[in-house]
Amino acid sequence: MAAVQGGLVDAVEKKDIKTEPSEDSGGNNNANDGRLLSPPPGSSASAPGGNKPPAGAPEDQQTLLAVLQFLRKNNLAESVEILRREAGLPEDALDLKAGDSAGAEDASSLLSRVTVSSSAAAQAPTKAVEDQPDVNVVLSAYSQQGDPALYGVYYSGLKRFIESVLDCHRAELSQVFYPLFVHMYLELVYNNHENEAKVFFEKFSGDQECYYEDDLRVLSSLTKKEHMRGNETLLDFRTSKFVLRISRDSYQLLKRHLQERQNNQIWNIIQEHLYIDIFDGMPRSKSQIDAMSGSLAGEAKREANKAKVYYGLLKEPEIELPLDDEDEEAENEEGKPKKKKPKKDSMGSKSKKQDPNAPSQTRIPLPELKDSDKLDKIMYMKEATKRIRLGPDNLPSICFYSFLNAYQGLTAVDFTDDSSLIAGGFADSTVRVWSVTPKKLRKVKSAADLNLIDKESDDVLERIMDEKTASESKILYGHSGPVYGISFSPDRNYLLTCSEDGTIRLWSLQTFTCLVGYKGHNYPVWDTQFSPHGYYFISGGHDRVARLWATDHYQPLRMFSGHLADITSTRFHPNSNYVVTGSSDRTIRLWDVLTGNCVRIFTGHKGPIHALAFSPNGKFLASGATDGRVLLWDIGHGLMIGELKGHTDTIYSLKFSRDGEILASGSMDNTVRLWDATKAFDDLETDDFTAATGHIHLQDNSQELLLGTYMSKSTPVIHLHFTRRNLLLAAGAYNP
Amino acid sequence: MAEERRPKQCTVVLPTESMKAMAESIGVGQLQEESCVALSEEVSYRIKEIAQDALKFMHHGKRRKLTTNDIDNALKLKNVEPLYGFQSQEFIPFRFASGGGRELHFYEEKEVDLSDIINTPLPRVPLDVSLKAHWLSIEGVQPSIPENPPPAPKEQQKVESTEPLKVVKPGQEEDGTVQGKGQGATAADGKGKEKGLIRLKPRSTHELSVEQQLYYKEITEACVGSCEAKRAEALQSIATDPGLYQMLPRFSTFISEGVRVNVVQNNLALLIYLMRMVKALMDNPTLYLEKYLHELIPAVVTCIVSKQLCLRPDVDNHWALRDFAARLMAQSCKTFSTTTNNIQSRITKTFTKSWLDEKTQWTTRYGCIAGLAELGADVIKTLILPRLTVEGARIKAVMEGPVVSNIDKIGADHVQSLLLPSPPATKYIVMATSAGPASTQQVP
Repeated sequence: MAAVQGGLVDAVEKKDIKTEPSEDSGGNNNANDGRLLSPPPGSSASAPGGNKPPAGAPEDQQTLLAVLQFLRKNNLAESVEILRREAGLPEDALDLKAGDSAGAEDASSLLSRVTVSSSAAAQAPTKAVEDQPDVNVVLSAYSQQGDPALYGVYYSGLKRFIESVLDCHRAELSQVFYPLFVHMYLELVYNNHENEAKVFFEKFSGDQECYYEDDLRVLSSLTKKEHMRGNETLLDFRTSKFVLRISRDSYQLLKRHLQERQNNQIWNIIQEHLYIDIFDGMPRSKSQIDAMSGSLAGEAKREANKAKVYYGLLKEPEIELPLDDEDEEAENEEGKPKKKKPKKDSMGSKSKKQDPNAPSQTRIPLPELKDSDKLDKIMYMKEATKRIRLGPDNLPSICFYSFLNAYQGLTAVDFTDDSSLIAGGFADSTVRVWSVTPKKLRKVKSAADLNLIDKESDDVLERIMDEKTASESKILYGHSGPVYGISFSPDRNYLLTCSEDGTIRLWSLQTFTCLVGYKGHNYPVWDTQFSPHGYYFISGGHDRVARLWATDHYQPLRMFSGHLADITSTRFHPNSNYVVTGSSDRTIRLWDVLTGNCVRIFTGHKGPIHALAFSPNGKFLASGATDGRVLLWDIGHGLMIGELKGHTDTIYSLKFSRDGEILASGSMDNTVRLWDATKAFDDLETDDFTAATGHIHLQDNSQELLLGTYMSKSTPVIHLHFTRRNLLLAAGAYNP
Repeated sequence: MAEERRPKQCTVVLPTESMKAMAESIGVGQLQEESCVALSEEVSYRIKEIAQDALKFMHHGKRRKLTTNDIDNALKLKNVEPLYGFQSQEFIPFRFASGGGRELHFYEEKEVDLSDIINTPLPRVPLDVSLKAHWLSIEGVQPSIPENPPPAPKEQQKVESTEPLKVVKPGQEEDGTVQGKGQGATAADGKGKEKGLIRLKPRSTHELSVEQQLYYKEITEACVGSCEAKRAEALQSIATDPGLYQMLPRFSTFISEGVRVNVVQNNLALLIYLMRMVKALMDNPTLYLEKYLHELIPAVVTCIVSKQLCLRPDVDNHWALRDFAARLMAQSCKTFSTTTNNIQSRITKTFTKSWLDEKTQWTTRYGCIAGLAELGADVIKTLILPRLTVEGARIKAVMEGPVVSNIDKIGADHVQSLLLPSPPATKYIVMATSAGPASTQQVP
């Protein structure tokens, strides 16, 4: 089922792709998009890596048929035709198949899926009804019968066996407990053995690992067959196989035991609902397993993290630096003439060699640099020369921006890259922008007034601004629900916000008005972020699909589906070729923007992931979750490489310093913590971890890596930002 | 740990009575028991589902408190119309009623007269959101400004001073180091060396930043200077500033040295200033003085019992200083006396001993009695009252006896007035009267 789901989205995506070029034809700056939009032939068939189907063509075909049927039902004749031609199906394929009863049933269940996931067509009120066939198909697998009274016996039999095996195997085999427990419980519930289910739950739920507590709570409330319908957690469990990683020896042991005992009940569950990823080598230890487990669907399969990721940075465009600048001169007069040299060096080293891990410059079409962008780059480099080198002995200063009188309503904050503006999203649907420099915020004059301006004058850019509107802050009205995500465009002309109302809005910071409302997520959108190169942006929300957009398209360019629960946070890779999403299913996925494939799945968090940050060199990822832990990941190898313990509450913000030496984390526990990132990553390079098996052995060195803890006065830290000179800015709302 | 919670999770279901009550409230009478059971299970399940979704909204709203809006949003997710009218941000005023063997919690909806609302003046507009910046840290050191929390919370200071061993236990080590690092980069420097060694005591930094040194200089100068306005400000700062923790050792040394020198020089004014500093330090809610009592208590006691505190004992009002210091003493006894340090009993013993001494000067005698009297009813009852007779006789001897030095006379006079009018003392005198009439009559 999972495979079908993955394939489907591809198909839907294809539909978008097909329809869009025709709309674009009017635009003249879209030459690049065309290239991005038409995916290479390989991509259309491949589902997101994690759920890749073992079966190939027939299932895909069915999916296509389902989509076709759906399109026809909605009188989208043209799309039907296009899709049919694209897939190379005969014209009557649809009608033929429709006669086939089995196919029809399958298709109808697929259809309902489409209505759920395809946003444009889904009408919310009908959802519940249409959901039914689907769920029933999913659930019917549970209908097999066994003696309900024996479930407990089977389970405790297995438990006794696992407790009696050698120590080295015990930890590995214990992984089986949780999925087995859940599936047995669900089987009992599905077959209306309510009391047995209750007894079973009470007896064995205490044995489960404490990090599954949230799921168990959901499970415990589910006591009737009727409840199973429409329960998302349950669907997740059924649609995705729970992945376990077990060494060959341990697996043989388990298999032999179950076969000896003729324990078919358990064996069936293992065969049907579990995916056991067998590896050769030493069994893993308890701590190794605990580090990686905790996600809704078990660990990531090893193949899932095998794809090549171009994590290197793109080459910086070469920009002539006007060396005899006023600023420079002023500095020279002050008696610091040596500033020039290092700048030249840093420029030179950057442009010299191409990183072998970097994607090609044009892999993703990026917008051309405008003159103003070049000016900004120059400013950036100038600032960079004044940057403070941070390190354990040279900690950054932290400036804290407190939002006063927010009445618990501050939900999102962002700074511009040059730290001149700060924006806040609020629960009352407003968005506010402040200028933190003496330069006030001004609107552009109205069209009538603009006509009066002398367009030839040198200061035309200054003249178009309406001086009367100058103020320190502006309020943007437009959303109809709490604003959960906010992001400035790199050129500071736009602001992006996403909200509970299901829309993402693009605001102009010239006119302070809303330009576009991007509709697509029908449910709350939890996070959004601009690409570091502008133009593209990513969003993710309650509908479990992350979408990639371009500012000039009202429909998404890519839809990334695969997460099993809400997408809680989204971030762009510094080279704009990848996006990362964190989810309530406690996994992190890295997606390739070009192909739409999931190229990395990281498991190990024990709670929804609310903060993500790439290191500036693009090699590493840091993630923070409600469990208060920060995990560090090596993107190239697809491995967890560190765990930073210290926070006591949800981590809402993570940021690397500009040179990547320091990782700052901000949390609900009112603290900002600084970690020694250099050390965390250096230790790793000396270690020869066994990338082949994907095992990691983390040493617990959080205390050594922690460089400082700074407590605020009852102000949760919800955003962090390093200025170009490495001053750390933190923001949060004061809750007296 | 999880096991404790599990059983609860499994079994919480709304009582069937609730179903009945709700059914009645919408006009469905005679609901069958079976339907009630089925309904309550279904309703409980749905409520749990909604609560789970509402939690999501709370997390994304970056709050710790679930609000009614979260519930509304969760309902919206499920395509259920949100509940109208529950706008309360803080709590929902449920009321409780019972009767006829049934208990009911309900939400009282009063009928609102619209004209009342129209006619009432508008409430004040809530303050608008504003942005304020401050330094959370400057190059790794958290500045002690009112915007930041006190560098070492009072509880931690207390733990450090009362249970020094607890701080270095492995489990607690974290607190110690974390605090150390927060204090300054210096602690971070030594971190590498400390690692692996057995750490006996958490290192506390004794280096003051330049700003702190300047502050210290300004404050101490103002406290003992001649400008009363400045002094008031300085004392105010000592009493309220959150960041004085690190300067505490210096302040206490300043006070104890100051008292030592000025007692010898009989500089009453300075002694008073210093005692006011002690008072301010004790008033500061972020400081825990226990570690510095060994310096402060001798200074205070000196100001209570010293034979001579001023140049002209017959004219100057050194009695007021003794009273003031005695109150300080009592306050510190109350706050810091524990079974291990026994401050109160030690102080009491000191006072009593010198009071009992026949040769004690009247000034010291006054101080002792004042000090004891401040310690509370129990001390008065057990230590002062039994001595009233003897003391009365002694005063009488001085007052009516042959001419002695004027100073003695004044001293005796003050002791007498101290013993007489203080309300708690008189109360006990009255009590003593009823016990034995002779005792009071001898106190004139």
